[in-house]
Amino acid sequence: MTNASNIPLLQVKNLRIEFPTRRGILTAVDDISFDIAAGEVLGVVGESGAGKSLTGAAVIGLLEPPGRIAKGEILLAGRRIDNLPFEELRKIRGREIGAIFQDPLTSLNPLYTIGRQITETIETHLDLTHAQATTRAIELLNEVGIPAAEKRIDHYPHQFSGGMRQRVVISLALAANPKLIIADEPTTALDVSIQAQIITLIKKLCREHHTAVMLVTHDMGVIAETADRVAVMYAGRIAEIGPVAEVIHSPQHPYTIGLMGAIPSVGDNHERLAQIDGAMPRLTAIPSGCAFNPRCTRIKDVPNNRCTTERPDLLPAGKTRAACWLHSVSAMNKQAVTA
Amino acid sequence: MLAFIARRLLQSILVMLTVGFIAFSLFNFVGDPVALMLPPEATQSDRDEVRKALGLDKPFYVQFAVFVQNALQGNFGISLRLGRPVSQLLAERLPATLELVGVATLLALLVGIPAGIYTALKRDHWSSKLLLTGSLVGVSLPNFLIGIFLIVIFAVWLGVLPSFGRGDTTQLGFWSTGFLTVSGLKAVILPAVTLGFFPVTLIMRLVRSEMLEVLRTDYIKFARARGLSNQAVHFGHALKNTLVPVITITGLQLGGLIAFAIITETVFQWPGMGLLFIQAVQFADVPVMAAYLCLIGFIFVTINLIVDTLYYVVDPRLRMETSSAGGH
Amino acid sequence: MTDAFANYVRRFLDSDIWHKFKRDPLVIAAAIVGLILILSSAFAPVFAPHSPFDLKTLNLSDAFTPPAWIHEGKSQFMLGTDDQGRDVLSTIMYGSRASLVVGFAAVMLSMLIGITLGLISGYFGGALDAFIMRVADVQLSFPAILIALLISGVARVVIPNSQHDQVAIYVLIFAIAASGWVQYARTVRGSTLVERNKEYVQAARVIGRRPLAIMFSHVLPNVLGPVMVLATLHIGTAIITEATLSYLGVGMPATQPTLGTMIRIGGDFLLSGEWWILWFPGTALVILVLSINIIGDWLRDAINPKLR
Repeated sequence: MTNASNIPLLQVKNLRIEFPTRRGILTAVDDISFDIAAGEVLGVVGESGAGKSLTGAAVIGLLEPPGRIAKGEILLAGRRIDNLPFEELRKIRGREIGAIFQDPLTSLNPLYTIGRQITETIETHLDLTHAQATTRAIELLNEVGIPAAEKRIDHYPHQFSGGMRQRVVISLALAANPKLIIADEPTTALDVSIQAQIITLIKKLCREHHTAVMLVTHDMGVIAETADRVAVMYAGRIAEIGPVAEVIHSPQHPYTIGLMGAIPSVGDNHERLAQIDGAMPRLTAIPSGCAFNPRCTRIKDVPNNRCTTERPDLLPAGKTRAACWLHSVSAMNKQAVTA
Repeated sequence: MLAFIARRLLQSILVMLTVGFIAFSLFNFVGDPVALMLPPEATQSDRDEVRKALGLDKPFYVQFAVFVQNALQGNFGISLRLGRPVSQLLAERLPATLELVGVATLLALLVGIPAGIYTALKRDHWSSKLLLTGSLVGVSLPNFLIGIFLIVIFAVWLGVLPSFGRGDTTQLGFWSTGFLTVSGLKAVILPAVTLGFFPVTLIMRLVRSEMLEVLRTDYIKFARARGLSNQAVHFGHALKNTLVPVITITGLQLGGLIAFAIITETVFQWPGMGLLFIQAVQFADVPVMAAYLCLIGFIFVTINLIVDTLYYVVDPRLRMETSSAGGH
Repeated sequence: MTDAFANYVRRFLDSDIWHKFKRDPLVIAAAIVGLILILSSAFAPVFAPHSPFDLKTLNLSDAFTPPAWIHEGKSQFMLGTDDQGRDVLSTIMYGSRASLVVGFAAVMLSMLIGITLGLISGYFGGALDAFIMRVADVQLSFPAILIALLISGVARVVIPNSQHDQVAIYVLIFAIAASGWVQYARTVRGSTLVERNKEYVQAARVIGRRPLAIMFSHVLPNVLGPVMVLATLHIGTAIITEATLSYLGVGMPATQPTLGTMIRIGGDFLLSGEWWILWFPGTALVILVLSINIIGDWLRDAINPKLR
């Protein structure tokens, strides 16, 4: 996947999202940075409250007040978009960056036909006549696998089943041919049998249109199937980021290791599921240093109590990068000595 | 669709019967029904005759049946106060009340809906806060006080509008209208504004809260994510979803407005059904009270039926009783 | 005990509601004004400069005195006098008291009826529930004022003329209460239905706890918040309803007037120039209801989790 220029499609640099509350400022996303290359699928995985959806919302400029981007930059194809005026940002939405949300039922306006909703989106961004837009809408519906598209284009959302609705939502997101799609839990609200179909559809469409995807989910299975790279978020920070196969099979951050260990597999014969002790800290009580340190079993392997005092940067760790002092030179030296 | 209408029709009939029953109890047990049916000069033998003729010696349910039958034919007896058939009196007064209510509702919609939209879209602007506080004041002002204030300002101080009555009316068949004369139009302004004051505040707050709710939904979020302009989002998507419940609730309010007109008609001496009713209450004129009750009940039930049907027509979700699934 | 109370107060002062209250100047102003009005009218016998309903103290020659700042006014009658020589300021205080008494009593009664019926309806279900809800639906289609008018009207026919004035206040309270119980019943019924299906209720029944005890100790606390909001707003409506009924002549009589009665009396003299007889009671009524509504409105927004 080489670009003409080598600038990644999306660059997020030191993004910080804050919520001013009457008890002080809550930092929901604390200084995260990542890139997405054109046509790449980046999975963003983490527990509820880890900050993944907020990151997606910030990228597309739909962060709801009082939340705000306090620091950092978001660049699309090298151009800064986080500080654009409203009208500029609006033009980007749908045309350059699209979004898919979790619940297909509530994502569609119940009082308008899906045809009207699709053609409206097309006509907002592309210079086509209504007839041309309608033709394109039918094409889109065909692409996402809706049978009898010419007839169904005049149907209302409630006349579709859940899986079909999500296909309509996907067609809407792709209507103006954006280069990047933020998919926020696109399969969570669907039946398991449908999930596989939707995943396959997303993968196929993104390959064909060369669309990058930021796939936000808490479901590792979906990530494993769909993503090229994955970022694991914890308490508003990125714990580990790297190619999917590496993160899943040889995780380097204790949190990721714990996550992978907690996933049961069919052939296992254990009596109990492995779990990580404790829980993700609330945003009002994030520990100093590494956010994971109270639950981590490896802090003794890092000299000078660094885990509790200094927040780790994303350090190279094997074939991924992990925000863990275990991978700092001094810690690795210590390990080498004690090994 | 037919099943839906049939069900609602049945409910309506039940409600009407209940209302009729209450009116019937009023009629028969509050005050002497014979006296209600006869002029005061009637002799005792007249009364006995009437008693038998009326079937007052018959069992309760038979009397009720007779009452219902009479009511269906529009026969509610004679007014104690005015000595004329009640149905005639009501028929004379109906146009006045309906015209007043009609103008008031129109005013309420024309002012309330835009105001509501404005305060929803510009919710942090000072003008919105002013309007909202104003609406709170509007809700706190009793109907009659508003009427009095308006009379003082426009009729007494400025002298531009009449302080009571309906002005000159024109008779079109059985309907007497005040809309075709200048004095008639002038006369309806103050009462309509008075009557419409409360609905305006209600509609404004309703539109505002509905719109704010709608603007929070996922489909609006998704519409924004697709890059639709503010105009398309607000007036294309949000507005339609907002107005559906608003129109229906306003329709239901219509019946209430007719009853509320009692107060306004009293302040302005507007010759409508409301004034008739109040005079009946003050005079203990039971036939008029009972008849008014039945009429109001009927109007309410009819309006409810129409509004329910309207909802059905406007919201496509209700139309498909069996949803046609399109496979997976 | 005092420990628990101190704890409660501390929790309240730390709560979201108190914080929101402190930051909204309008609500604070409304609360202060409302409090002043309520206190001055509650203690009217103490604060009022005159006793306007003690016939012995009235002097017809004092009638139609304008307010004190107008050149014919007298300083002892700050806001002037009416056609019987009654001091308007004192009548406002006594009248507000009557309005408030009727308003509060009506709302309390309404709440009692509504909550009880709602609990019964929700808990026992079945035909009883269906019946109560049918009645509620039918009543809801009629505006409260009409129902109150009907009840008053019927009472006037049924009760002999000589006793009208004495029972007027009870009839009024009952009429307003009867016209407003439905909102409470519905809210409470909804909550009861939700709670009834929860396991702890079924467990309690198995143990043998009486249903009434269950309902009181579990359902009521959940429902208190929305009910309080309804009640606060209802007081405003009740006072307006009472004023309207009195204005229309079927409420409190002139011998025990409320603000509404006084407005009716004042209306007769408005066009002949004695404007103060109507304006001051009218203003008092508006301010009273306005402050109650501001508080109620703010309370509703403060409790609503969706608007946070």
